[in-house]
Amino acid sequence: MEVTRDLVLYLEKLARIELSEGERETTQRDLQDILTYMNTLGELDTNGVEPLSHAFPVANVTREDIVAASREPAQVLANAPNRKGNCFRVPKTVE
Amino acid sequence: MDLLTLSALELSAKIHAGETTVREALDAAYRAIELEEPRIHAFVSLCKEDAYAKAQAVQERLDAGEELSPLAGVPIAVKDNICTKGVRTTCGSRMLEGFVPTYNAHVVDLLESAGLVILGKTNMDEFAMGSTTETSALADTRNPVDPERVPGGSSGGSAAAVAAGEVRLALGSDTGGSIRQPSAFCGVTGLKPTYGSVSRYGLVAYASSLDQIGPIGKNAADCAALYAILRGKDQRDATSMPAYDAEQNAPYIAEHMNAVHCSKTPDEFVSAVKDYSLAGKKIGIPREFFGEGLQEDVAARVREAAAALESLGAQIEEFDLPVAKYAVPAYYIIACAEACSNLSRYDGIKYGYSSPDAEDLRSVYINSRSQGFGMEVKRRIMLGNFVLSSGYYDSYYKKALQVKRLVQDALTAAFERYDMVLGPVYPTTALRRGEGLSDPLKLYLGDIYTVMVNLAGLPALSLPCGADADGLPVGLQLIGKPFGEGELLGAGNKLQITINN
Repeated sequence: MEVTRDLVLYLEKLARIELSEGERETTQRDLQDILTYMNTLGELDTNGVEPLSHAFPVANVTREDIVAASREPAQVLANAPNRKGNCFRVPKTVE
Repeated sequence: MDLLTLSALELSAKIHAGETTVREALDAAYRAIELEEPRIHAFVSLCKEDAYAKAQAVQERLDAGEELSPLAGVPIAVKDNICTKGVRTTCGSRMLEGFVPTYNAHVVDLLESAGLVILGKTNMDEFAMGSTTETSALADTRNPVDPERVPGGSSGGSAAAVAAGEVRLALGSDTGGSIRQPSAFCGVTGLKPTYGSVSRYGLVAYASSLDQIGPIGKNAADCAALYAILRGKDQRDATSMPAYDAEQNAPYIAEHMNAVHCSKTPDEFVSAVKDYSLAGKKIGIPREFFGEGLQEDVAARVREAAAALESLGAQIEEFDLPVAKYAVPAYYIIACAEACSNLSRYDGIKYGYSSPDAEDLRSVYINSRSQGFGMEVKRRIMLGNFVLSSGYYDSYYKKALQVKRLVQDALTAAFERYDMVLGPVYPTTALRRGEGLSDPLKLYLGDIYTVMVNLAGLPALSLPCGADADGLPVGLQLIGKPFGEGELLGAGNKLQITINN
């Protein structure tokens, strides 16, 4: 598995992150080291092993369906960097 | 009376007996902070005004005869990824530098009703990603034992604050060792609880299937009291489980709960922990934990602790755990996958840092994330995107989940023979500042003894067991069965008493 500059650019796009040229070079090298190491998992035969996501076999956790108040708009918007009235404000998205 | 030499339980007992007050305890803590902070930098924020108001309220409740908890009146520090209403919660990141939560994490509500007083928020690796606290964008925390060394991480601020005597107790969080490793580096006691035993509501998510909040303290008994306050079911975290009522739990969980865990109140839990006997208990040591890369002093101290446990009546036996070497790669694949999903919420719009030089919606996202996150966070998000991406999902992410099952199976098999498993916490004592930052992979490899516990959802205790030739603390780790916190703390308490004598 070779980590190319194109792969790094692709991951930047997926992550909505833009690296500087210097960071890109370091990242390419670091990801190569890390992924080469992660490939050691290939030594292990996992045929027929059921993937485990939750540590314990607990499922379908439910609670009583009780009506309760949700957060006030003022609370929800309290940390918004840019707002107008009770809305989050963003740059124009439709031309 | 020197309040700072008391344990948390002793301090609260003195407050209950009227020999000192909640306010005096808080004064003493802030004096210690004023003295130590210029050297240690353990805190990101202090909340004095709020703390004194809360202290007064706790004193009034105690004076009115209200029964709070065996830790009522004790000042406590909280890691800065646990939401505190009205007190900024930064996660050590520029991204959340100005974020002031409008609600409390469940554990913060529990601390308040138990009468503990939060005096400040502690520094950490950015979004808990790191093992030295050096990835924090906000403060440069030093190890109180040697300020040229790191405190460990990611809960480095919490461990350093306890080690420096600024507080007796702190909350940390542990995704891959973040409570245990800084506890070992700083020479304090830390407990990573069973997955689901403490609510994660209000804990800023890193890797949700692995994250757990837990106590850091001066000794096992103090940690036991704090853990007993924190544990339990919370409707707002569907993965949390009832603490002491075995019947309310799924059959699998109920079968693992035991006499020590089922003690109900914090007082009862602490006495059960103190009464715990190691006589006849079987402790396994994985041979793989003493392999290449382990510092000699660390191996020697952990072996000596094993001998001490034997003298307390336990039987020690070595066993093979060949899957151990695959735990680190599996852990980083799973943790990064979950992190890239969890951290997609930082978009520069709802809260957190927003880039001032964005022109359209796309550049609000990209610029805010590129400027708001540090390099280690970016690296883990991109790794997560890689292991989840089309074409690589099966050979990385799915493979890691299969290895997770193999790790859990191997430990479950070990616990059919042993009551607990013993090993080191970290291959070395505290690293020098800057030593780990240049080579991320090398730092990841250091997590070899801790990440298995998170993958399997198990509890584990990190306990100081002496020092290396440079005088730096060495930590040992006791790993337990699901909900075996009581046994671990019981064994830790007995061992601590033996070591201190």
